[in-house]
Amino acid sequence: MKRVYLDYAATTPTHPDVVTAMLPYLNDTFGNPSSIHSFGQEAKGAIEEARETIAALIGAKNDEIVFTSGGTEADNFAIKGVAYANEHRGNHIITNSIEHHAVIEPLKFLERRGFKVTYLPVDQYGMVDPQGVRKAVSEKTILISVMHANNEIGTIEPIAEIGRIAKEMGVYFHTDAAQTIGHIPIKVNELGVDLLAISAHKLYGPKGVGALYVRKGTKVAPFMHGGEQERRRRASTENVPGIVGFGKAMQIAQNEMGTEAERLTLLRGGLIEGLLERIDDIQLNGHPRKRLPNNVNVSVQFVEGESMLLNLDMEGIAASTGSACSSSSLEPSHVLLALGLPHEQAHGSLRFTLGRETTEEEIERVLEVLPPIVAKLRSMSPLLKSRV
Amino acid sequence: MAPNIRSLYSEKVMEHFKNPRNVGEIENPDGTGHVGNPVCGDIMELYIRVNDGVITDAKFKTFGCGAAIATSSMVTEMVKGKTIEEALEISNHAVAEALDGLPPIKMHCSVLAEEALKSAIDDYLNNSKGMDLESE
Ligand code: FES
Repeated sequence: MKRVYLDYAATTPTHPDVVTAMLPYLNDTFGNPSSIHSFGQEAKGAIEEARETIAALIGAKNDEIVFTSGGTEADNFAIKGVAYANEHRGNHIITNSIEHHAVIEPLKFLERRGFKVTYLPVDQYGMVDPQGVRKAVSEKTILISVMHANNEIGTIEPIAEIGRIAKEMGVYFHTDAAQTIGHIPIKVNELGVDLLAISAHKLYGPKGVGALYVRKGTKVAPFMHGGEQERRRRASTENVPGIVGFGKAMQIAQNEMGTEAERLTLLRGGLIEGLLERIDDIQLNGHPRKRLPNNVNVSVQFVEGESMLLNLDMEGIAASTGSACSSSSLEPSHVLLALGLPHEQAHGSLRFTLGRETTEEEIERVLEVLPPIVAKLRSMSPLLKSRV
Repeated sequence: MAPNIRSLYSEKVMEHFKNPRNVGEIENPDGTGHVGNPVCGDIMELYIRVNDGVITDAKFKTFGCGAAIATSSMVTEMVKGKTIEEALEISNHAVAEALDGLPPIKMHCSVLAEEALKSAIDDYLNNSKGMDLESE
């Protein structure tokens, strides 16, 4: 049975050209970029080239890119870095209720150390209201953090609008762009962000590498202390093969992003339409239009997500869910709850995220396989009876 | 999210999950158990038919994860042919064991199965008391 991977938001397969680009740096070109001999300088040259590619793609300057171990580190760096470097100016940070854990957890950590965090609500589609952001700003506010697009429901936030407000109010603005980088266009000046966190493995690059864009002049405390790497902002010998792979992945994305987004938007539409047509009592989660080209998130009533996932997995289809049963905390997805969904509907959520290898046949396959799975689980569901 | 969900569960669990036994309801059951899982918010209903103090049939309906469905299926299998006293002895551990074990994070689902059974038996005992009174 050919397996169908529809969990690209979790991670993507590494592009073969990325692997090829990385290989020399796992073999002969092994030097430490900090060394002045030719071995070192070759490695140094490679990471600077990758930096240039990435900077150009997002409209930044080379020295505004700091490589990290991934998106989570980039978010931690941005949030704690701004907090520690600007403590003397204020202790208030504004975010919202549907951020990724990589943002929420460092913020909670800061709260335990005396910082104040405002978690703005979102509307039923997961949209943050820019005017809500404006109202929340006080003279103690040092940072606003709003994700570019949500990883679970795919809603794209009004970042440029919030960026204008942040600038007007003189507050640093951070966005987690792990889900959008390489998938939709990003220019840091158009978005008006001071900090932007990205990760390679969400765009067919390797795992274990990411970057933080830091606008020139932004006061951020270093994330790791040690050597002089990354202009002393992030010590540690660079992940040379990873960075090279990241650069290559960004280059490919730049060339293919436009057509790929169009292709995926069509497939996405087909999947959403098909699901709503073939399954009763199902609803789309997230914004109907302002959403990532590859994201489908639905709530299927009266059934639980993990049992749907298991059944799909038996058919070779990989998806994900926001159900409490499949999380190690046994809490349903905070994102779905923030949309105002009742527990049972968060329970019955299914996320399909499409990517490079996704075909129409695969979408058709899901549309064939899922309705009988839902019917089978519903026949076991005590929730359905109370309704009929 | 759970890593490789299928390898999370034993073959037995997967087997009961794929082909759950005794799904459905019993018409005019002698006992009904309806319990909710305070941990993750799932729901289980268990119906029993009792003849001369022996459970002759059991059926279930469950809204929950793979482990919840498998433990419901297993517990309904285990109680059939047991006397009420024997059925009351069935613990969640026994159900989990019969399924060749459950991942630690899923043990609470087997607790739900035990509680559903206990609640169905309670219901039966209450009903039969009522019946005794009526017949007097
Ligand atoms: S029923 Fe929710 S974890 Fe098993």
